[in-house]
Amino acid sequence: MTDAAAATRSVIVEREFAHPPGKVWRALTQPHLVAEWLMAGDVAPTPGHRFAFGADWGHVDCEVVEVEPERRLAYSWDGKGLESVVTWTLTPTATGTLLRMEQTGFAPDNKLAYHGAKAGWPRFLGALGDLLARVD
Amino acid sequence: MIETRDLLFRALADPTRRALFERLCEGGEQSVGALTVPSGISQPAVSKHLAVLRQAGLIAGRHEGRQSYYRAQPAALAPLVDWTGRMTRFWEARFDDLDDVLKRMDQ
Repeated sequence: MTDAAAATRSVIVEREFAHPPGKVWRALTQPHLVAEWLMAGDVAPTPGHRFAFGADWGHVDCEVVEVEPERRLAYSWDGKGLESVVTWTLTPTATGTLLRMEQTGFAPDNKLAYHGAKAGWPRFLGALGDLLARVD
Repeated sequence: MIETRDLLFRALADPTRRALFERLCEGGEQSVGALTVPSGISQPAVSKHLAVLRQAGLIAGRHEGRQSYYRAQPAALAPLVDWTGRMTRFWEARFDDLDDVLKRMDQ
């Protein structure tokens, strides 16, 4: 798994909202609200709960892995060629809530190669990482 | 971003174009003539494939006399591999929408 470990990356987006954690939590966990800003999906703050977020461009499969009401919510976020975990952290501030989204995961070469296999991509994809490394 | 990926996928879906791109990556800048010899297809056909690769941003060309020279632009592949940039933009836009939702919600 060294290749996968090397390819693990994180995306972090953080913002303070002028709304209390309880309200932000509802926007994160109630499907009719989540659908308004993220995607339509049967999300629920229940560990082990499986659901899918769908949009016109496709869907991602999710499973809730961590719930700490009004503090922390994490679910897996698996899409085509990407396996990741999205973790929401809510921190109360003097004026509202600091919301942090951290997405950690990887797009393993072998998975990309798997998707590309039918089109005869493996050799090409095998060289891809090397090429990009040289360019940087 | 999706459109860029579609262009890249389309350009690279063809084995002849993949082979041309790989040769340019490995061998540096080459003329259309030099690329044609080992390709097993006609020069006009090679030129056509090169045009598709250029449209996708995968190669860049220049003219010198009557010859055209092409070189690989492998950085164009980054959108296929680097998901972090795409996801960052995705989440930032979602945060904007979340802010709107929070403003509309009851306390």
